[in-house]
Amino acid sequence: MNTPVIGVLALQGDVREHLTALAAAGAEARTVRRPAELDGVEGLVIPGGESTTMSKLAALFGMLEPLRERVRAGMPVYGTCAGMIMLAEKILDPRSGQETVGGIDMIVRRNAFGRQNESFEAAVEVDGVEGGPVEGVFIRAPWVESVGAEVRVLAEYGGHVVAVRQGNALATSFHPELTGDHRLHRFFTDMVRSAR
Amino acid sequence: MSTTLPTVPQSPETGTARVKRGMAEQLKGGVIMDVVTPEQAKIAEDAGAVAVMALERVPADIRKDGGVARMSDPDMIEGIIDAVSIPVMAKSRIGHFVEAQVLQSLGVDYIDESEVLTPADEVNHSDKWAFTTPFVCGATNLGEALRRIGEGAAMIRSKGEAGTGNVVEAVRHLRQIKNEIARLRGFDNNELYAAAKELRAPYEIVKEVAALGKLPVVLFSAGGVATPADAALMRQLGAEGVFVGSGIFKSGDPAKRAAAIVKATTFYDDPKVIAEASRNLGEAMVGINCDTLPEAERYANRGW
Repeated sequence: MNTPVIGVLALQGDVREHLTALAAAGAEARTVRRPAELDGVEGLVIPGGESTTMSKLAALFGMLEPLRERVRAGMPVYGTCAGMIMLAEKILDPRSGQETVGGIDMIVRRNAFGRQNESFEAAVEVDGVEGGPVEGVFIRAPWVESVGAEVRVLAEYGGHVVAVRQGNALATSFHPELTGDHRLHRFFTDMVRSAR
Repeated sequence: MSTTLPTVPQSPETGTARVKRGMAEQLKGGVIMDVVTPEQAKIAEDAGAVAVMALERVPADIRKDGGVARMSDPDMIEGIIDAVSIPVMAKSRIGHFVEAQVLQSLGVDYIDESEVLTPADEVNHSDKWAFTTPFVCGATNLGEALRRIGEGAAMIRSKGEAGTGNVVEAVRHLRQIKNEIARLRGFDNNELYAAAKELRAPYEIVKEVAALGKLPVVLFSAGGVATPADAALMRQLGAEGVFVGSGIFKSGDPAKRAAAIVKATTFYDDPKVIAEASRNLGEAMVGINCDTLPEAERYANRGW
């Protein structure tokens, strides 16, 4: 009963890596592609992937509204990279028809750190995550352009906001799921436990 | 060359194995589409493609036209880069590392060292560790896949038989790779040395595959996918995503077919969704029976 059930939105992206990281962090991890599957989870990870593709598939298969409802109702949610974009209230320069789930009062710039040749890894200090900096893997990564008063900035890199939290919603520009460092997944799993 | 991933550096580092392989992880569950114009690139993006492959002629036309097929015009590639926000890939000839250098300088997100173009070197593939831009390479079996990974490939795809609209070769390659991985799983340490020799692949990577039960990089299918059911078949056979070449823009209604293949790739295990996606798509590309292809016209035989 004490093991939180956490879903990973499995429309597209690095789903398996998140499932592995969540399991290592002490959660029961499952994939979520349909509204009925969303009903069975206490928290949700929106993985890295292509935000335009993910947004289209979410709209096409009737996932956008159920996701918005759950997030509004306070379900803990964590977005990495494309997942961060999905949690933004506003995207700078969205593609036509690109809709988000929202949940964090922020404006996100897509591919802000550049194309693949500029993708990089670096150590990032995250407020609230103990034991030294986490391994930040940034792949065609977005950054947070601006945040509302309710949003707490958890990390910056190169003068740009790369990790934020608002209530039960968490987002990072980088991909902890691609590293063996599961501290952020434990941090999120604890958020899910606290939300009970 | 060891494929052990490095620990995180204190100062930012680009072009690491983790960043290159991680990029392909982001494409999983998606469809990468061949496009020859910025307009086609936009249609692909609107249909939900996770990336596009920019090239001058789709494989079906390369087959028809004959002659030497080379890297595309930089102007054409840049036009496509400017038109979309999703990642853009482009092809270099096998062993033509200067074409690869040019593609890297243009800022493409992935380089496909591709047998669809005419090989430039009959012995050597490009040294892909020397590049910041990651590479995807084709393979017909496990040994070939592991040799490419040894040379630095950050993503593997089946070769299939591009430009035929016939999925039979891609099925063969994917099954072959999967079966050979399953066989490695049963080997003890003593046997892995002989297996590496037999596979003509680096021992360290063979050992890694035996432990993981999968390739250490993402595996996609390519070659011959023409319908939503083809894409779902490749996914059910273990491909983590799908390249579609001539199958979309050589069909009657490219926008509709592209969106349908995207849907079937995500819900590859749900026949109802695949059935829905398969309705009224218009004419599929005509296709070629692989049995009637002369040896010299088989692209899968290129590379080694």
